[in-house]
Amino acid sequence: MKKKLPLFALFLFFFSLLLFCHSSLAFESDELLVDDEEFGLEGGSKPQIKPREPAPTRSTTTTTRRKVSDQDSDSKIQFSLEHAFGDSDFVPAGTFSARLKTSSHGGQTLTKLRFSRNAFTGEDKEKFEKLLQDDDFYRIRLPSNTVSPPGRDYIISSVKARCLPREGLDEHFVIHMEGVNILAVNYGAFGACSYPRQLKLPHKWSFNSHTVLKNSEQAPRAPIFAEEVLGENGEGEIIPPPERSFWAKYWMYLIPLGLIVINAVTQAMNMPEEGVQGGGQTQQSAAAIQRGTGSAVRRR
Amino acid sequence: MAIRFIILTLLFLSSCTIPSLSLYEDQVGLMDWHQQYIGKVKHAVFHTQKTGRKRVVVSTEENVIASLDLRHGEIFWRHVLGINDVVDGIDIALGKYVITLSSDGSTLRAWNLPDGQMVWESFLRGSKHSKPLLLVPTNLKVDKDSLILVSSKGCLHAVSSIDGEILWTRDFAAESVEVQQVIQLDESDQIYVVGYAGSSQFHAYQINAMNGELLNHETAAFSGGFVGDVALVSSDTLVTLDTTRSILVTVSFKNRKIAFQETHLSNLGEDSSGMVEILPSSLTGMFTVKINNYKLFIRLTSEDKLEVVHKVDHETVVSDALVFSEGKEAFAVVEHGGSKVDITVKPGQDWNNNLVQESIEMDHQRGLVHKVFINNYLRTDRSHGFRALIVMEDHSLLLVQQGKIVWNREDALASIIDVTTSELPVEKEGVSVAKVEHSLFEWLKGHMLKLKGTLMLASPEDVAAIQAIRLKSSEKSKMTRDHNGFRKLLIVLTKARKIFALHSGDGRVVWSLLLHKSEACDSPTELNLYQWQTPHHHAMDENPSVLVVGRCGVSSKAPAILSFVDTYTGKELNSFDLVHSAVQVMPLPFTDSTEQRLHLLVDDDRRIHLYPKTSEAISIFQQEFSNIYWYSVEADNGIIKGHAVKSKCAGEVLDDFCFETRVLWSIIFPMESEKIIAAVSRKQNEVVHTQAKVTSEQDVMYKYISKNLLFVATVAPKASGHIGSADPDEAWLVVYLIDTITGRILHRMTHHGAQGPVHAVLSENWVVYHYFNLRAHRYEMSVTEIYDQSRAENKDVLKLVLGKHNLTAPVSSYSRPEITTKSQTYFFTHSVKAVAVTSTAKGITSKQLLIGTIGDQVLALDKRFLDPRRSINPTQAEKEEGIIPLADSLPIIPQSYVTHSLKVEGLRGILTVPAKLESTTLVFAYGVDLFYTRLAPSRTYDSLTEDFSYALLLLTIVALVAAIFVTWVLSEKKELREKWR
Repeated sequence: MKKKLPLFALFLFFFSLLLFCHSSLAFESDELLVDDEEFGLEGGSKPQIKPREPAPTRSTTTTTRRKVSDQDSDSKIQFSLEHAFGDSDFVPAGTFSARLKTSSHGGQTLTKLRFSRNAFTGEDKEKFEKLLQDDDFYRIRLPSNTVSPPGRDYIISSVKARCLPREGLDEHFVIHMEGVNILAVNYGAFGACSYPRQLKLPHKWSFNSHTVLKNSEQAPRAPIFAEEVLGENGEGEIIPPPERSFWAKYWMYLIPLGLIVINAVTQAMNMPEEGVQGGGQTQQSAAAIQRGTGSAVRRR
Repeated sequence: MAIRFIILTLLFLSSCTIPSLSLYEDQVGLMDWHQQYIGKVKHAVFHTQKTGRKRVVVSTEENVIASLDLRHGEIFWRHVLGINDVVDGIDIALGKYVITLSSDGSTLRAWNLPDGQMVWESFLRGSKHSKPLLLVPTNLKVDKDSLILVSSKGCLHAVSSIDGEILWTRDFAAESVEVQQVIQLDESDQIYVVGYAGSSQFHAYQINAMNGELLNHETAAFSGGFVGDVALVSSDTLVTLDTTRSILVTVSFKNRKIAFQETHLSNLGEDSSGMVEILPSSLTGMFTVKINNYKLFIRLTSEDKLEVVHKVDHETVVSDALVFSEGKEAFAVVEHGGSKVDITVKPGQDWNNNLVQESIEMDHQRGLVHKVFINNYLRTDRSHGFRALIVMEDHSLLLVQQGKIVWNREDALASIIDVTTSELPVEKEGVSVAKVEHSLFEWLKGHMLKLKGTLMLASPEDVAAIQAIRLKSSEKSKMTRDHNGFRKLLIVLTKARKIFALHSGDGRVVWSLLLHKSEACDSPTELNLYQWQTPHHHAMDENPSVLVVGRCGVSSKAPAILSFVDTYTGKELNSFDLVHSAVQVMPLPFTDSTEQRLHLLVDDDRRIHLYPKTSEAISIFQQEFSNIYWYSVEADNGIIKGHAVKSKCAGEVLDDFCFETRVLWSIIFPMESEKIIAAVSRKQNEVVHTQAKVTSEQDVMYKYISKNLLFVATVAPKASGHIGSADPDEAWLVVYLIDTITGRILHRMTHHGAQGPVHAVLSENWVVYHYFNLRAHRYEMSVTEIYDQSRAENKDVLKLVLGKHNLTAPVSSYSRPEITTKSQTYFFTHSVKAVAVTSTAKGITSKQLLIGTIGDQVLALDKRFLDPRRSINPTQAEKEEGIIPLADSLPIIPQSYVTHSLKVEGLRGILTVPAKLESTTLVFAYGVDLFYTRLAPSRTYDSLTEDFSYALLLLTIVALVAAIFVTWVLSEKKELREKWR
């Protein structure tokens, strides 16, 4: 057994080497693919942003590990979150940090967004409690340009303060990006905020933050069909489905008409019998017999 | 027997045609009406020389060229040029072509006078902007051709009037001369072209009109400089103003010499302070100067002196000179005197003599006279008569002859700004018996006729009578409310500041009101109409009213004007000049005890003002204080902001009705990549019948229905121009759906290679928008539907029964929405001018999109075609649900044009109003023309159609009863016979 193990290990080693070779090959192609994707997006004319799907919530707790990025540090940017209680002035409340990714075409995008929030001071707590009492707005703002803040102006978002408290203070940021510009930030409670807002103080005075970075989605293309399919479909659509037939409109005539016709038919059924009276003796007599029996039955 | 029966049934079947969505020919005009207008007349040229139809050719501010019948004012023919194709001048050449110069002097067209066909079109090029001038000289003839001289874009062009060929061109822009006048010298083929270089250098060119050869060029400097218009006094003298606007400069360029002569206005005994301008006119030896509020007629005497002939107030209007019978000239002066208008026709150069003096009674709702054009005719006694075409302040056009208004046209209706509707009065009790009898008789007679028609027994006269009865059934033009809610008043606000009430039955004007002009405001402009008061509880004794919001001036910071107008009587109830501006007006969903709707006006300082200013209103407002949010779209800055009410205004003057606001959220689009081109919200009064949508898999989807949805479309700034100005690679269109309470972006999607213009409509939980796809070179329409996932669990019946569902819980915008969106895109053949959606009283009836196409027609397109769930091969279940197989383009079915064969020229908007009858919606399309009709997107499933023959039904019943009796009697007899046997 003991001998076998190194052999096995050797085998494993070779296998993994092989695999590595393969994977390195695959890795290369993967790299290419990534580039490809970017090319494709770039071909779509817009300095398109990397994560096509809205990056799944990178939820971070208040004190995020601020990893020193192993990449060149100049591509790292920071911008601050500011908040205001009601109509007070905005003061810094936290910092967003992200990596600035420059694509080969000059388009810049943000990735790996991290957020660290400053803890509430005693004064802040008091102010927030006041907001809760008054059912007032808790407002935040972000610079509209992350590279050269504040850009054109600050992006403001607000929420009724009573929506935030849960266990702690739950907040949810959805930051809509366009390159390095922030378009809008949707700020609010993580879940529902039912309407008659109840006054509820949080147990913990710490924020539980969730941040999502969102970029624009591609619109689906108009479907393109082969000519004949188009013709077929076109034809099919041009003829509107035969709507409620004349029954819907003329039933009130049709029913009496039907009755009349049935009446006439039964009349007609009788008429010939009487009409042939002179000619067909046998028939008539048979009918007479029938009738006779019928009447006889009735008479009884 | 059976075969005969089948044949009979088949015959009967074939006689009942399969109903279709479209109209039958004889149904046109039953419930729709169409009116044609032209707009406010700018120029008019009479054509009355020849025998035959007398006509006047006009061009208008709506860019319409029309030929009108001079006897009745009807339109012979009409052409609506594009929005950017402004008509600069019209004239008649060769006695058979109407020549129009348009598009800032760059397009010259000739139209055939009798039928309006375009004969030729020439494009004139030039480098620089200059005043466009059109001159059609009468005597410059070569063979059968005659020359047309056009000065535009810094060049003088001579154009052949037969085929529009440019014969020669002379560029004055190279010498930086701005041409002011082109003057034709009498009885010669020479023309003078005069203009300024800079503001002080005067140039006069003498040119041979036949070949463009420059014969002479004189130039002289005038130290005072020139400003404003020039008035040509004779063929070699003109008058203009110097830069101080206090000196009249007479320029004569006789005998190749330019001479200036200055006359100080104060020397004429006039106060020259204030606004002085020379009015363009073509009177010989005379010109008009407007100083502040009055006008001066100044004559150039034979000694080249100026003297004031007459002084009138500014409301007086003078026509151009008219040449009649061997060089005699005449012009008309129109003055106001109380409720009357005095028209005087004076011979040229002689102020004190009158050829004609007439005085006509004028409705004061027409306002002041704005323009007058005159024309002469030969009276029966061989003397000269004059007729005048008068354009009034309310844009109406009148023809006056022999002191009478021969005809008038309400052409303000060509320039509708806003439309709203009002209910008609409730029918009062007490109808006379005679009336009932009469109407009963009429009713019977009508139905007998219809029956005849149905049974194909009607003679041609009867058919005509039937058609006449159908077209003018008194029922539809009654002035009372009807059971089905088909009869309404369309309240229409026009650019002329005139409000019209049109009856929806036949489109007649019930009343019209020219809004009162206050002293404080010189040039008010009207903006919008809102329903101020719609009484339901007091419908019998209170009249509904509308609010008209306007502003004093053009800028958005100008103070607002509010007017309240009673919609039954057409009287202005009240009018206020506000101190603040009105950037935005928001009707609130609250009414006070008199059923006046509360309105908020937002001023340019972002304060809101509450109206009506009553304590009751403020108490209602205070209750809802914290629930009032509003948003603003700053399209130029690319910013959308959300606001909420903060507190009462702090100011020196305590105003209880003024509130400060604060910004709650903002969305800032990067200037370099996105530009807002469209923002559309849901109609506030839209009704949604059901929240749930049951799919074919017996599954329920919940629509995300929010009143606070805003659709915004942005494009790349590079691609914001016209189509073709940008490459597909640098063009994109981004669409957003935004919740306007929290500023949350619910949906964001990019269409690469697409550009505007975007037309969109937002209704229920879907938005449909139309744009251009540069890659496919086609227009596209996309649909996006939003569904609410948070309610998706409410499928369990047990849960519903036990009440464990959240369907009745109030929805808060602050909750994080769980939504899904579905989109699909289709090609659409037409470009679009307007999009609307049908709306019905309860929202049960399926919807149709109403698309105003580039051909000025309205197309009804079923919403089912724009369903994102369409797939190439729908399952049987999906087919049953009504899902149409997917196709790449939307069908255009010729029968589904709502406007059938008519055109709503210059289509600008489509309004849909629900009728009381659920199946029916009322559609009003407006542009230069008006069109109104009634639509039933899913057919009138809740009532019998109007052409339903009650008489036939009655007859059938009678026949049946009779048959029953007959057969009963017969069977009785038979039975008796049987019994006796």
